[in-house]
Amino acid sequence: MRRVNKDQKVRISLTLNGRKVSAETEPRTLLCDFLRHSLAATGTHVGCEHGVCGCCTVQIDGAAVRSCLTLAMQAEGRDVRTVESLAGPDGKLNKLQQAFQNNHALQCGFCTPGILMSFTDFLSRNPKPTEDELREVLSGHICRCTGYAGIMAALKEAVAAD
Amino acid sequence: MKPRPFDYARPETIDEAVALLAEYGDEARILAGGQSLMAMMNLRLADPAVLIDIARVEEMSHIRDLGDKIEVGAAVTQNRLLAWPELKTKLPLLAVALPWVGHFQTRNKGTVCGSIAHADPSSEIPLSLATLEGEVVLRSKRGERVLKASDFQVDMLTTAREGDELIVAVRFPVKPGCRAAFREVARRHGDFAIVAVAATIDNNGTTRLGVGGMAGTPVVRAIADGNIKDTVEQMIAELEGYEDLHASAELRRDLLRNLAPVVVAEAQTCAA
Repeated sequence: MRRVNKDQKVRISLTLNGRKVSAETEPRTLLCDFLRHSLAATGTHVGCEHGVCGCCTVQIDGAAVRSCLTLAMQAEGRDVRTVESLAGPDGKLNKLQQAFQNNHALQCGFCTPGILMSFTDFLSRNPKPTEDELREVLSGHICRCTGYAGIMAALKEAVAAD
Repeated sequence: MKPRPFDYARPETIDEAVALLAEYGDEARILAGGQSLMAMMNLRLADPAVLIDIARVEEMSHIRDLGDKIEVGAAVTQNRLLAWPELKTKLPLLAVALPWVGHFQTRNKGTVCGSIAHADPSSEIPLSLATLEGEVVLRSKRGERVLKASDFQVDMLTTAREGDELIVAVRFPVKPGCRAAFREVARRHGDFAIVAVAATIDNNGTTRLGVGGMAGTPVVRAIADGNIKDTVEQMIAELEGYEDLHASAELRRDLLRNLAPVVVAEAQTCAA
């Protein structure tokens, strides 16, 4: 059984975007803060910190989850993927990212990493979703810039391109 | 905000988890999916001294067909139950209720049992368990006991679980030929329901109407003679509803009056 006392520092290892990484932190550290502060993976954004806005969505073992409602301890030994995993090593945007750019699906971009990680999971399970299904998944995110029309257009383009 | 410091333990067996609960009791909280508890800890509404993370306890990661019941272990996420191939035929009410639970992203981590443990009065899974007359399996060092849903949830966010007890599973009864419908009204899809209504119709024609968001616990009525309107009016008179940030008691009563017949009608027309 894994046990850590509250005053103890703990070394957490996990796989981040295919690479084994580890860092020291406290047992109370949220996964989103562990990614940003301990692993310098600042692509994941932190918004409401109670699971509502969706900015901090990452994938753990392929499933899109809120990293603000996840302790770093819970991701120990797991396969974590963030928005940094999407573009190619040369910086070339993937199909979903390119569709977002083509359709002006972001303005300030704060919510975008979470949305991309949600749909990377969802579209891998449902490659040909209906518009209602896309809207249902998008309802787990808040965007204050776009009014969602551009995001829906981008999602439909990405689905059609497959 | 961030949670206050706590001791963290990740047991690998039920016995280990139960031993920790015996040691720490009410000072400990069970962490499964964390979709309610972590939010409450971030907001400092919950402040456990010890957090017992049961998400990796293999013994509780099962969806098991017991014949007349389906048992769902405490580590099973809402999306895993939703994706269970037999859900539609065995538990049609859950098949229509689960998509209303939070969002795709929270269902990926939130557990079925965690929602029942949290006991929010407008929550979909406790309402489904109550409507189906399901049961909750509790384990402690003292032994195991099985409580009916109606005996388990006693009030708003309050259950009959003792401090040293672990919910190891819940059991949903399988009713052959059962038809089901579920609807709720919320500010936005995925928000907490203001009023939620579940309806099932058995082979013998008995309608069961379950209502969430009107009292501290789900309220269920069996309707044998098919007079929905009288039952609903009687429920409204008895329950009155309650007022919170989202809705007045009067709005809740109106929502129930309008929503219940729609849900029952939907259950009547859906295929068995």
